[in-house]
Amino acid sequence: MIKMLKNRIIKGVVTRPVKTDPEIEKIGAELKDLIHKRFGRSFHIREVDTGSCNACESEIIAANNPIYDIQRFGVSFVASPRHADGLLVTGPVSKNMHIALKKTYEAMPEPKFVITCGECALDGGIFKDSYYVENGVKNILPVTAHIPGCPPNPAAIIKAILTFLRK
Amino acid sequence: MDEAYIYVKPGNFKKACLYFHKKLNSPVVMMFACDERAKNKCFRIYCVFMGIKYKKWVFVAMDTTENTPEFESIARDIYSAGLFEREIKEMFGILPEGNPDLRSLRLHDEVWPEGYYPLRKDFKAPVSSGAEKKEYVFNKVEGEGVFEVPVGPVHAGVIPPGHFRFSVAGEPIIHLETRLGWTHKGVEKIFEGKDVNSGVKLSECVAGDSAFSNSNAFCHAVEKICKIDVPERAMFLRAVFLELERMYNHLSGIGGMAIDVGFSFPAMYASVMKENLLCLNEKLTGSRYLKGVNIIGGLSADLTVWKKKTLLKRLEAMEKDFRELKDMLYSSVSFMDRLDGTGVLKKKTAEDLGVLGLAARSSGIEKDLRKDFPGIYTKIKFNAAKEHSGDAMARLNIRVSEFEESMNLIKQFVDKIGPGSISFQNKIEFRDSVGLGYIEAWRGPLLYWVKLNKYGIVERCKIIDPSFHNWEGLCYSVLGNIIPDFPVCNKSFDLSYSGNDL
Repeated sequence: MIKMLKNRIIKGVVTRPVKTDPEIEKIGAELKDLIHKRFGRSFHIREVDTGSCNACESEIIAANNPIYDIQRFGVSFVASPRHADGLLVTGPVSKNMHIALKKTYEAMPEPKFVITCGECALDGGIFKDSYYVENGVKNILPVTAHIPGCPPNPAAIIKAILTFLRK
Repeated sequence: MDEAYIYVKPGNFKKACLYFHKKLNSPVVMMFACDERAKNKCFRIYCVFMGIKYKKWVFVAMDTTENTPEFESIARDIYSAGLFEREIKEMFGILPEGNPDLRSLRLHDEVWPEGYYPLRKDFKAPVSSGAEKKEYVFNKVEGEGVFEVPVGPVHAGVIPPGHFRFSVAGEPIIHLETRLGWTHKGVEKIFEGKDVNSGVKLSECVAGDSAFSNSNAFCHAVEKICKIDVPERAMFLRAVFLELERMYNHLSGIGGMAIDVGFSFPAMYASVMKENLLCLNEKLTGSRYLKGVNIIGGLSADLTVWKKKTLLKRLEAMEKDFRELKDMLYSSVSFMDRLDGTGVLKKKTAEDLGVLGLAARSSGIEKDLRKDFPGIYTKIKFNAAKEHSGDAMARLNIRVSEFEESMNLIKQFVDKIGPGSISFQNKIEFRDSVGLGYIEAWRGPLLYWVKLNKYGIVERCKIIDPSFHNWEGLCYSVLGNIIPDFPVCNKSFDLSYSGNDL
């Protein structure tokens, strides 16, 4: 416990009003305002992996770490589709995940949005036209926004969510 | 060359496999088929063993006729061959005669009709209607008070899909069956027909958290086939990046284990450290996950003097942070209590299942490719980590000591990097041949068996991620534990879904 307290004091707040990317804060402030207005303070996202290589998941988790801390802007990742406003989908949609993806979408309350993350979620990317992929999410669900990148970095994820909310 | 190919008659295949299994004291590390009907009118089946003592990979090979493709199953005698035989059956339609379990692994019965074998060269994708589809049958435990808990494929966290079927009597788990394949994309088929450079790109997308190891193993295979001498400078640099990849993944594993028992502060601490490492990767190579760094014959990114300095400086800071993290974890009694004795994988079980890599080293199996097939690691001093208790605690300890060893290794490597070129300068001469690329990735040995033609086009690429062996290990380790301890057991193995499902 003492160790933790010591570290808390020594490290202070690590969250970046960052030197490397001052943009995040600016975007973040704007994002927070938008979420306040449109969603009554919080925007909840359910994430589904439909066959990605894990890099996208790793970056989404990184967007939640203390450095980027997407939660402070009112965006949080939830455990159940029943709590979600948005569905964030990664991967080219393996045939096996087709039904699971649809069921997750159906379990979400209206209004709902689908955001795709990463090149392969857009059109299959590097796995395009394989015998076992459905070439992207858009063939199965209505997609409203896309986060480009392979994988997109955490700042790009935050930025993309903002662009989506602006619409 | 460190590969030995032994061709036997179908009648002697089982005998030969058993002989090498005992003689080399090795599980089946790889077993796969190759469609040779165009040339030799047969399917060739390879069964691979690791001969550490002789520094050789032993390939036992046999041919089976194209009209009645079958071979005698060895799964009843060598347990670790079981999953491979199921894979051969579903991908090629070659029957392993005598294997008691022939259920499909990746091509799920609910969506894939029978009679379509994707890795055959004349495969055509099924038209969606008409073919008969079935339901998967789980192993069932029956008895009074036994009930089943199905979990997945979509989980609560931001994690990949997998289905777990627990059979529970009261609180303790008495049986766990994993059903994977949800992220199957047909990677091995996509490899076929690609040139080697696109192959490198594709290999980086096999498992995103070990992008560098995957491309390194693929390059290694191609370099062996084409007899390319990789410059020493490039070898050292590859080792540096490989260790950097190991470090960020171990941090994510350590943090994950903390969060799975509800110990958030150190988990967040670890995630900040991981982020720092990813940023360091980006600074050194331009990619957070070290994508696009490997090319055939060397690397595309160099460590300049200035970058070297940055690397060493960051490592120093990292060392201090890591000490703090370690202190926090090891001084928390309740944290230690949750890990100690949880999810024990006994040495004998691990050996029989063919568990490899990090998980095996935690159970007292001292195998590490960096020590057994050292390559560039002969030039420096390397201490392989080992533990004996086989529980989640041991797997944490292994991660901690490997992280520290990695920092130590990077310092040694950076010290040794001499002047010279970072990639092969001459024209690459392709040959019609086969080769095995291997690397000790952070999870364990990662193997790429590649068959090239003389134009440099990939004809067959077989990938084995250590996860393929180790998922079985997880199923056995949780027996007797309670379901709330499953997340931490799972994280302590930290296996890849994508690398397993391909």
